[in-house]
Amino acid sequence: MTAAFDILLCVMILGTAGAALFLRDPLAAIVFLIVLGNLLGLAWLTLDAVNVALAEIAIGAGVTGVLLILARARLVALGDNVVCEPMPLWARLGAIALCAGFTAVLSCVVLSITPDSGLTARIEALMPRIGIENPVTGVLLAFRAYDTLLETFVLLGALVAVWSLGPDTAWPHPPAALRIFDPGLRSVAGAFGRVLLPMALVMAAYLVWAGSDLPGGAFQAGTVFAGGLLLAAIGGAIGLPRADSPALRLVLVLGPLVFLMIGLAGAVLGRFLLFPDGTAKMLIVTIEYALAASIAVTLALLVAGSPATPDKQD
Amino acid sequence: MTWLDYAVIVLLFTGVFFYAAGSLGLVRFPDASSRLHALTKADNVGLGLVALATALHWGSPAIAAKIFAVWLFAIMAAGMTAQLLARTAKDDDEARDPP
Amino acid sequence: MDLPVLDHLFALTGALLVGLGLCGFIVLRHPLRQLLAVNVVGAGIFLILGGLGRGGSGTDPFPQALVITGIVVAVALTAFGAAMILRVAAEPAPENRQAGEDAGETR
Repeated sequence: MTAAFDILLCVMILGTAGAALFLRDPLAAIVFLIVLGNLLGLAWLTLDAVNVALAEIAIGAGVTGVLLILARARLVALGDNVVCEPMPLWARLGAIALCAGFTAVLSCVVLSITPDSGLTARIEALMPRIGIENPVTGVLLAFRAYDTLLETFVLLGALVAVWSLGPDTAWPHPPAALRIFDPGLRSVAGAFGRVLLPMALVMAAYLVWAGSDLPGGAFQAGTVFAGGLLLAAIGGAIGLPRADSPALRLVLVLGPLVFLMIGLAGAVLGRFLLFPDGTAKMLIVTIEYALAASIAVTLALLVAGSPATPDKQD
Repeated sequence: MTWLDYAVIVLLFTGVFFYAAGSLGLVRFPDASSRLHALTKADNVGLGLVALATALHWGSPAIAAKIFAVWLFAIMAAGMTAQLLARTAKDDDEARDPP
Repeated sequence: MDLPVLDHLFALTGALLVGLGLCGFIVLRHPLRQLLAVNVVGAGIFLILGGLGRGGSGTDPFPQALVITGIVVAVALTAFGAAMILRVAAEPAPENRQAGEDAGETR
């Protein structure tokens, strides 16, 4: 019976992906991408990967959807004069044939690999040494902590890159305000944003704490709080900060810095990112809380966009 | 299969039926306001029934409280977005053919 | 029903998503749509990674961590791509600026 559900889910995933790519109306295409993200979250749930399902729905469907809709709205406001040369029919058919061939090769490769929960047993054996029970958090913050450290720097680097894309006259002013222009609409969104923001903070704090033993974690928690921040900004309850505000810069680097400091302290004791026996859970939770704060502000600012000249804000 | 399992199944089916009704309304109703009407009301009742079924299935009060919180947030978000969409649709309609 | 391909169902869906997204990236011309296509390709790769990790004793947590990392990096780069598209749209095209300068010089 679950086989029928899996097959139906995969057909729907492929259908929504096709709609997201090939629908005429750009806004409808973006909405179908959000639906695709939600269906993928459902697929992850079917695969027993609850942490990934949380991350996919929050980040892949939620944040990406808001980002793309905002970009589309700003593009339309700018006049949407991006140059698109059309492709001749023979090139299109050739591309379709090429991709079909590539898909066939990739499918054969995928079919030749037997699905195998390869490292599960080895990771389960090592988990008692760390003292937490969520194996994904263990992999992210203990066994492959180096990758997660670099990932936080990638996030920060993406934010710096987005900031650098503003016009020269706009630096270091805040990004173009996300506030809804119409006062009636803004009060509706603002009321909800004001109510949601403290609750999002509590939810994020809980998700980080629960991420040690149950599904959760720093990335999911940071995204929940980023969603609360964005909604509050859209409703006008909070404004967007200047790029050179010291408090903002402290919060942005807090996560990577704490992670790096703990890693270097481990280097003093023996090896970079070494967690001494018994302290692993405490260090992991500390790193996760700092990371969640940084991720929340970084994601919210990534969605808000490049700095805008002061006359464009209101 | 205890009476609890039967209750869960009945609630799930009723919830899915409400969702289907809401989606049918989305497809069949002529304009934005009636579509929003069908969506927000039917889908949130459906969500409430599915949430109740899930809470009954798991049985623990802590999990039921969390599921209730999820339902509460979903209703608040749906109410807010329905307000925003309806006002924007009304403004668009008035701009297109002024009264 | 125990078709042998059912083990690979999600991984195969991922492979199809990669092909679909790649085709969309090449055929679609508007940059925002190409950004959507890149996201679809990413989703397909994640499904391949995760789908091949489901075995007898539950799902492997190692690909799950990789996929979470991938999702976060994907959103960061989508934000960067969207900012680039907006900046390109905000600046006038170089051909127009060039034509304007030529017209000024041949005065």
